[in-house]
Amino acid sequence: MSDSQRRLPAGGRLDRKQKVSFTFDGRPMWGLAGDTLASALLANGVETVARSFKYGRRRGIVGHGSEEPNAIVQLGSGAATVPNLKATQVELYEGLEARSVSGWPNLDVDVIALLGVFARFLPPGFYYKTFMAPARLWMTYEHFIRKAAGLGRAPQNPDPDRYDKINRHCDVLVIGGGPAGLAAAREATRQGSRVILVDEQSEMGGSLLSLGGSEADAAQLQWRDQTLAELEASVDVLLLPRSTAFGYYDHNFVGILERLEDHRGLTSPGRPRQRLHRVRARQIIMATGAQERPLVFANNDLPGVMLASSVRTYINRYAVIPGQRLALCTTNDNAYQLALDWQEAGCDIAVIADTRPEAEGVLPRLARERGIDVRTGTAIIEASGRKCVSGALLAPIHAGGKSLTGPATPVECDLIATSGGWSPVVHLSSHTGIRPIWDDEAIGFVPGPHADGPVAVGSAQGIYCPLACVEQARTEGAAAALRAGQGAGESSSPSPDIIAALEEPAQALFLVPHTKTTSRAPSQFVDFQLDVTAAAIELAAREGYESVEHVKRYTALGFGTDQGKLGNINGVAILADTLNQSIADTGTTMFRPAYTPVTFGAMAGGEVGDLFDPERYTAMHRWHSEQGAAWENVGQWKRPWYFPVAGESMEEAVQRECLAVRNSVGILDASTLGKIDIQGPDAAEFLTRVYTNSYLKLAPGKCRYGLMLHEDGMIFDDGVTACLGESHYLMHTTTGGAAGVLGWLELWRQTEWPELQVYFTSVTDHWATATLSGPNARKVLARVCHDVDLSDEAFAFMDWNSATVAGVPARIFRISFTGELSFEVNVPANFGRHVWERLMEAGKEFNITPYGTEAMHVLRAEKGFIIVGQDTDGSMTPDDMGMDWIVGKNKSFSFLGKRSLERSDTRRTNRKQLVGLRTVEPNEVLPEGAQIVNTPDQAVPMAMQGHVTSSYFSPSLGRSIALAVVKGGRNRLGEKVFCPLADGRNVAAVICQTVFYDPDGERQHV
Amino acid sequence: MLQIYCPYCQELREEEEFSPSGEAHIARPRDPESLSDEQWGDYLFFRKNPRGLHREMWHHSAGCRRYFNVERDTVSYVIARSYPIGEDPAGAMVEGHDHE
Ligand SMILES: [Zn+2]
Repeated sequence: MSDSQRRLPAGGRLDRKQKVSFTFDGRPMWGLAGDTLASALLANGVETVARSFKYGRRRGIVGHGSEEPNAIVQLGSGAATVPNLKATQVELYEGLEARSVSGWPNLDVDVIALLGVFARFLPPGFYYKTFMAPARLWMTYEHFIRKAAGLGRAPQNPDPDRYDKINRHCDVLVIGGGPAGLAAAREATRQGSRVILVDEQSEMGGSLLSLGGSEADAAQLQWRDQTLAELEASVDVLLLPRSTAFGYYDHNFVGILERLEDHRGLTSPGRPRQRLHRVRARQIIMATGAQERPLVFANNDLPGVMLASSVRTYINRYAVIPGQRLALCTTNDNAYQLALDWQEAGCDIAVIADTRPEAEGVLPRLARERGIDVRTGTAIIEASGRKCVSGALLAPIHAGGKSLTGPATPVECDLIATSGGWSPVVHLSSHTGIRPIWDDEAIGFVPGPHADGPVAVGSAQGIYCPLACVEQARTEGAAAALRAGQGAGESSSPSPDIIAALEEPAQALFLVPHTKTTSRAPSQFVDFQLDVTAAAIELAAREGYESVEHVKRYTALGFGTDQGKLGNINGVAILADTLNQSIADTGTTMFRPAYTPVTFGAMAGGEVGDLFDPERYTAMHRWHSEQGAAWENVGQWKRPWYFPVAGESMEEAVQRECLAVRNSVGILDASTLGKIDIQGPDAAEFLTRVYTNSYLKLAPGKCRYGLMLHEDGMIFDDGVTACLGESHYLMHTTTGGAAGVLGWLELWRQTEWPELQVYFTSVTDHWATATLSGPNARKVLARVCHDVDLSDEAFAFMDWNSATVAGVPARIFRISFTGELSFEVNVPANFGRHVWERLMEAGKEFNITPYGTEAMHVLRAEKGFIIVGQDTDGSMTPDDMGMDWIVGKNKSFSFLGKRSLERSDTRRTNRKQLVGLRTVEPNEVLPEGAQIVNTPDQAVPMAMQGHVTSSYFSPSLGRSIALAVVKGGRNRLGEKVFCPLADGRNVAAVICQTVFYDPDGERQHV
Repeated sequence: MLQIYCPYCQELREEEEFSPSGEAHIARPRDPESLSDEQWGDYLFFRKNPRGLHREMWHHSAGCRRYFNVERDTVSYVIARSYPIGEDPAGAMVEGHDHE
């Protein structure tokens, strides 16, 4: 040991000259460059890294990669803090601060463990029973459970880092950079494919990085270096280390999270911290490897019980010795390599307990030759120790693995390594319909076949021998290249120069029997993170839960942040055994993305803050901004809501703006209205089919208002269409509906009426629109427009004219949404601000007043003009809105929605109809959305009669006004109704006509 | 995320460029007024929900803005082909059966 660390004097993929300081739960420690947080913790002799979720039991590091269930840490503090990381995947950097996320007040003194509160609180089935109980019960527990159990805390402040996203395409995507992945990637590259090779570790090599110093191991490492060098030299290969393919989606779409800066520090000023690669691959090769299964025995959760392959990794890759005296329990030959490496490192081996009746493979024989105590037909049935392992109980085990054949004997050790075989990592594809299938030979679930989906190679396909892995991966690499259109399908690589010991068959063993029954033996843990024991799974089966998905939910098996990477297969097998059925028939639960957690930052990428959503500005936007306009968001548009002057409240500003329009003149930026230029000899016919009224006789120079219905007869848009010339129209749509209307027009033109010659172009952004409205509108316009006669006789209501306004060619539409004399001046957008400012100057004498959307809403409501989407909600017909006058009943073509207006439901007389409401108390402004009832003196739930759709205080009338939809409302004029409000009051109102102001419509015709 | 072949652009493009537009080959009745409420209701509201092959209309809304039809398997999401509006669907296609 060196420097009081549990570190071998030589070896490991470390930079021994570079010491790295860090803290764990506030304790200062150091490691070496090349360490993970987990290897550094082990080097520092840290045994307890967590307290368990339910029982508060001490937990230590079990694994060395993404399978780790216990060593969950939170890094740093403040805005950049990162919760829920596995210490086995955190690369050590100078100054790293890590905290365990469990244990209160600290890992050493855990109140939950002392009180045993959770054990009583959370029996198996707790979640299930709680969810089935009244919802409030869960609300009570949830807060407490989350706080006490804890898997980290989300940061409270904005993330200081920025993140990146990139789209990529390739011929062959290889997921996993172990021996199979390297071989497949190299082969595909040689065939001429563009290849992306992705691996979650800091360097490529996968399991090869865990190899020791034997001759065979050295040869394999050399093969890795050569293969990697060839890939690095190719321009057609993109290598993505430190990158996790976290999800496989339809049509070979894969999400990859690349950790660009996580290994350097908590934040990365000036550089993107992580990058999300959105990869579309022609072919995908899953070389995701296999995870070692722990053996399930009594007290198997004590710190000091680890996976055999992980112990081997810590010795060989990190030069860390996690104990002094090792006891190994295995069902297979492979784990003997650990014993040999362990011995090579100069440490003690207490025993190898091999659960198989005999072990005569190359590695077991080598172990015996080296003097290691190998006992076949023997298992470790229990770990002993208080804070960590101090011994193990060995017992002879029956060949079938279901019972013991003799008494237990103790053995002294401080580290127990176990290997229950391997589970192929099938997670990526298992949610796409490619259900994993059980393979008896591989003793694991392997990916099922899929025509166009990913192909698994190597141990991901249940092939564990490195030689066979590489052979198969090469073949599949060439085949994938061929399917992607490259090469001839024949692999070109020479046979790899890999030596690997042949292994004898492993034993399928998922629960090591104990001298006591499962329910009476000390806990045998299956899922470490959520404290699920073998006894709990048996209990679930006894209580009648037979489906693996139900047992998962009943016991919480696999529900942790590790998604049960270690525990699921053992759990499924124990369930199968309890139910006396095969594992194949029992099946496995479905793994879903993400394979490991993905930060929200990476998913959002650059689309945060100002870039979250585009903002659309009109040509006059800056002018509004200079006037201090308050803004309303309408879709992506920013529209002036009102223009407050000198300390005005919104209410005061809106009243002033409304009165200005009624009494003199106002000006509104109406540029955001959708504008669609429509041309073609059949344009009029087309318009007549999509609107309720006819456009066949609309002459050039004239405008017409129209309602657009869906085929179900419901209003979905409205607006004014002008005939610009022969076969040329300009359609106005609502601001929010513009894109949808254009798609709607194209749909009918392309699918049903291809014979109509008509063309559509969106011109919304081409024009800026200033609407002059009020009795003085004509006088203002006349000052800047001299080439057109603006008199009512020459330029009537619903006419439009080409004109020059402030020296700019313009289209002027005499249409009105306020009920006042109005001119809508449209100019090419680039001239928008110029014309607007000239109109303001021209209107000075009349105290021209800019008004916003709120005043516009009040003014139109005074006139009973509807706003589609506010007074309608997708269930309103023209008749419901009292707009039957606009429905052309005698048009020769059955316009869209017409037939639906004759359905029994749309003909009902008690449909909700648009009416006006006057509150009895004139200053009371009803809230929009308020429900309407006939009388408040009735039991709850009351019989609803309708609701308020628009409601304002009308300054012109000096009282409140409202529009509402009320069942059979038009026949109920004068009736008193009530709106029960959230504050308990019932506001009385009288049903009236929808037009509150200038009912004869004289003002707009002057 | 799907990858869809636009028969007009003649390219595979990302789903983000497209908008789904419901079941394909629903012809608007020539004379709606002659239909009973039930017949009109069938046209309006009733759509297949097959487990298996489904013909559906897509709009290349962020591309060429053309509507076209797609044959997609609703279980595997595999798209067998895309074809222009007006082209007859392949007679050989096996109809997906309704999900029971
Ligand atoms: Zn297209």
